[in-house]
Amino acid sequence: MLLLPKKELITFLIFALVVLTMPIWLIPFGGAYPGLMQKFAIFGLMAVGFNILFGLTGYLSFGHAAFLGVGSYTAVWSFKLLTMNALPAVIFAIIFSGLFALAIGYVSLRRSGIYFSILTLAFAQMSYNLAYSVLTPITNGETGLALTLQDPRVLDLAFAERGAGLPPVTLFGLDMAGYWGFYFTAVILIIGYFIAQKIAVSPFGMMLKGIKSNQNRMGYTGFNTKPYTLAAFVISGMYAGLAGGLLAVTDPLAGAERMQWTASGEVVLMVVLGGIGTMFGPVLGAWIIEYFSNIFSAINEGILHDVFGFLPTSVQDFIVPILALFVGEGWELTLGLMFMLVVIFLPGGLIEGYRRIMARLGGDRENGKSDAKQPVAEKAEDE
Amino acid sequence: MSTAKHNTVLHVADVHMRFGGLHALADIDLEVEEGKIHAIIGPNGAGKSTLLNVCVGRLAPTSGAVVFDGQVITGMKPHQINQIGVARVFQTPEIFAELSVLENVMAPAFAKRDGAFKLNFMKNLARESEIREEAEHFIEDVGMKAELETPAGSLSRGDKRRLELAMCLIQHPKLLLLDEPTAGMSRHDTNTTIELLKKIKERGMTKVIIEHDMHVVFSLADKISVLAQGRIIAEGDPETVRNDPEVKKAYLGGAHE
Repeated sequence: MLLLPKKELITFLIFALVVLTMPIWLIPFGGAYPGLMQKFAIFGLMAVGFNILFGLTGYLSFGHAAFLGVGSYTAVWSFKLLTMNALPAVIFAIIFSGLFALAIGYVSLRRSGIYFSILTLAFAQMSYNLAYSVLTPITNGETGLALTLQDPRVLDLAFAERGAGLPPVTLFGLDMAGYWGFYFTAVILIIGYFIAQKIAVSPFGMMLKGIKSNQNRMGYTGFNTKPYTLAAFVISGMYAGLAGGLLAVTDPLAGAERMQWTASGEVVLMVVLGGIGTMFGPVLGAWIIEYFSNIFSAINEGILHDVFGFLPTSVQDFIVPILALFVGEGWELTLGLMFMLVVIFLPGGLIEGYRRIMARLGGDRENGKSDAKQPVAEKAEDE
Repeated sequence: MSTAKHNTVLHVADVHMRFGGLHALADIDLEVEEGKIHAIIGPNGAGKSTLLNVCVGRLAPTSGAVVFDGQVITGMKPHQINQIGVARVFQTPEIFAELSVLENVMAPAFAKRDGAFKLNFMKNLARESEIREEAEHFIEDVGMKAELETPAGSLSRGDKRRLELAMCLIQHPKLLLLDEPTAGMSRHDTNTTIELLKKIKERGMTKVIIEHDMHVVFSLADKISVLAQGRIIAEGDPETVRNDPEVKKAYLGGAHE
């Protein structure tokens, strides 16, 4: 019952291996430090969940950062009120973001297409402004919600004395700030990926694809599409809430800016960049965007001069200023160019690029890392 | 309503449909008997598709009611009407273009088995062997066994239509509404479809069929209603309708002289 079909199971095992060996293969990219790897896992998870709504069901939400924010606030409150243990924090984050998604989804899903997108955007901006101002007692406004020395932490303090400084977030004794934090988020990403795969190969997942393909026919076939879309919305909202909770686990601080529309847009970029409707694509997109915003943005002219140190000084002086535009502060320029190239030449995302390469190398090997359905890419090509 | 017999499956009672100034359907009273093939014919713009849309809940009539199987279905949602046993084939095939032929036919089988909504995401599609086998059987029935894994969007128009028919048949509906099921098909495909529809008729499924092709109508229908300018101008068995002077004037014109 719990297992996946063979092909998906292999994909899953490869994925789990890739995630868990991240500290090794990220070394040559200069990204093998816990902070970045945690982000890889967390935003990968968010993109996987977003893809259930956007990729499978065809509903483009511009408001998922709201759920990310709710998850973060919930987790920090769990630390403040109950315990510094990470597990209850993420469980509460999932529950509260789920309830929040239920309410927003119920209203937003009365419309589809661009109207749905705008409704979700409006709700997310409303949530952001509420968190920023009106709800200050809950969110601590623009300062952000953080731990204090006076927090009740009833569960922790029932068993131990209050220590001198701020306690770290732990998972039964393991400190969540470093490598253990990465492994915790990585395991949750793997579980989340597994559940998303289960959904994709289930009858429920097929109905979601049916809704994306032809909602009209779904109705005449006897399906009430509303609960299906709502379920997809809530599930993806819970993924986003979980991601938000994990952000708080690795760094117990929650701010309103996490709910801003730019954050909602970022997850859309991740999914489109990697490959809409594919399993691994969204994760890949999340990793690339996180990599760019963390590593590329740190490259400056000094580093570039080092890299091109083998060239004559005159050539160096010519190349470096040009390249410098695309790194450091200009990292978004590179990302934007890359995004444009992908959308124009690979509408199925980077996964489609991978598939094309595989198809060219030898027709029978195209079933590579991703188990995404071929029709998605084909449709995109038709258009 | 007084004339409704107990074996009437579908009763369209005094239905009017206005779109602004246009009186698309006027005083339509139609009774479809169980197990029969009831054809609705008429020139373009006569209101045939509007009538069908009223029957499946896509349009709400301005006045009047549609009664299916003793239940008033006017105002019900399309999925509710489907769940009580009405399936529809569209004029332009409505299929799931991104799904495979097999999945296209499995989906309605799920709707039949599990109802309008079921959150069964822990089950593998591949393990639903019963539904899969049933779907394969119905795909074979319409002669598309070789296309099981083909994405439905890449099928020919005729194949899409046959696929849509299989999607309806797998639900064993009490009433099947067909909107020009052979439009755009070759003569050979048309004949295959007629044979197929005759075969289903033996299973006792009631059908309402809208059709342009007189060859199809006269080789299938038990009863024909002729619609012109939103009104039923003639009704009866094929022979009666064929010889009705009103019909000849309004619709058949010189074609059958």
